[in-house]
Amino acid sequence: MMAMMKTAMDQPADIRIQVLSCPSLLAPVRQAIEAWCTLAGAIDAERGRIGLAIDEALTNIIRHGYDHRPDGKIYIDLRRDSTSLQFIIEDEARQVPLSEIRSRDLDEIRPGGLGVHLIREVMDEAVWSHRPQQGMRLMLRKNLVETSKTVLESQHDT
Amino acid sequence: MTPEGALPIDVEPAAEAVIVRPHGNVDLSTSPDLRAALQEAVARKQPHTIVDLSQVGYMDSSGVATLVEALQLARRSNGDLILCGLTDRVQSIFQIARLDAIFQIAQTLEDAMGGDT
Repeated sequence: MMAMMKTAMDQPADIRIQVLSCPSLLAPVRQAIEAWCTLAGAIDAERGRIGLAIDEALTNIIRHGYDHRPDGKIYIDLRRDSTSLQFIIEDEARQVPLSEIRSRDLDEIRPGGLGVHLIREVMDEAVWSHRPQQGMRLMLRKNLVETSKTVLESQHDT
Repeated sequence: MTPEGALPIDVEPAAEAVIVRPHGNVDLSTSPDLRAALQEAVARKQPHTIVDLSQVGYMDSSGVATLVEALQLARRSNGDLILCGLTDRVQSIFQIARLDAIFQIAQTLEDAMGGDT
């Protein structure tokens, strides 16, 4: 897991997005990321689920990190290789204890607490850590399915 | 008139039901609008609150949480809450959250009105 993180962090990002912790900006960020996923070769079903997972990660930062403050900074790096898409999401918000980041029991029927479950369910890897100075870092990886990889390879060939 | 950025939502009376129909994406920025509309609809104390999601292209967990809250509110008022018209993308989040068995889900508004869930 740490090896994957180091490899991904060493590569330059295809795109770096900086966005404020304002809920009304979730939709345009989601759309931009989904557009990049299409370019990177994700199929429709994957693209929508990735957009959802990123949305959930940003929502958690806005809610629990910045406590709904709309002017906090969030950075999103998008990278890809031949087999996967990687996303690194960083903030300058409160450092949440890592033990508090967990999926809730889905047998409980109650509102809230689904975000971490959705992220883990959609992504092949999700690793939260504290940044050295301040804030949180979330590293996400989504393996491309065979159909996606074929698209990606054909893009590289042309 | 809907304030800028707010989620347009129709709330219509029907036979023994209230139909709530949001138009647009439901995420952290718009789920409070849906929450307010659902609370108003359930407060009408009709046996059925029907949420027509056919015009919702995207929903995240804050939208799902709003619907779970409304379901609990409706049940406490001895009513029920029926979802209908889910797009594939919205259906997908209910499946991932494993909530598709908790809600009554109808294919169409007509099915929901007729009790076909």
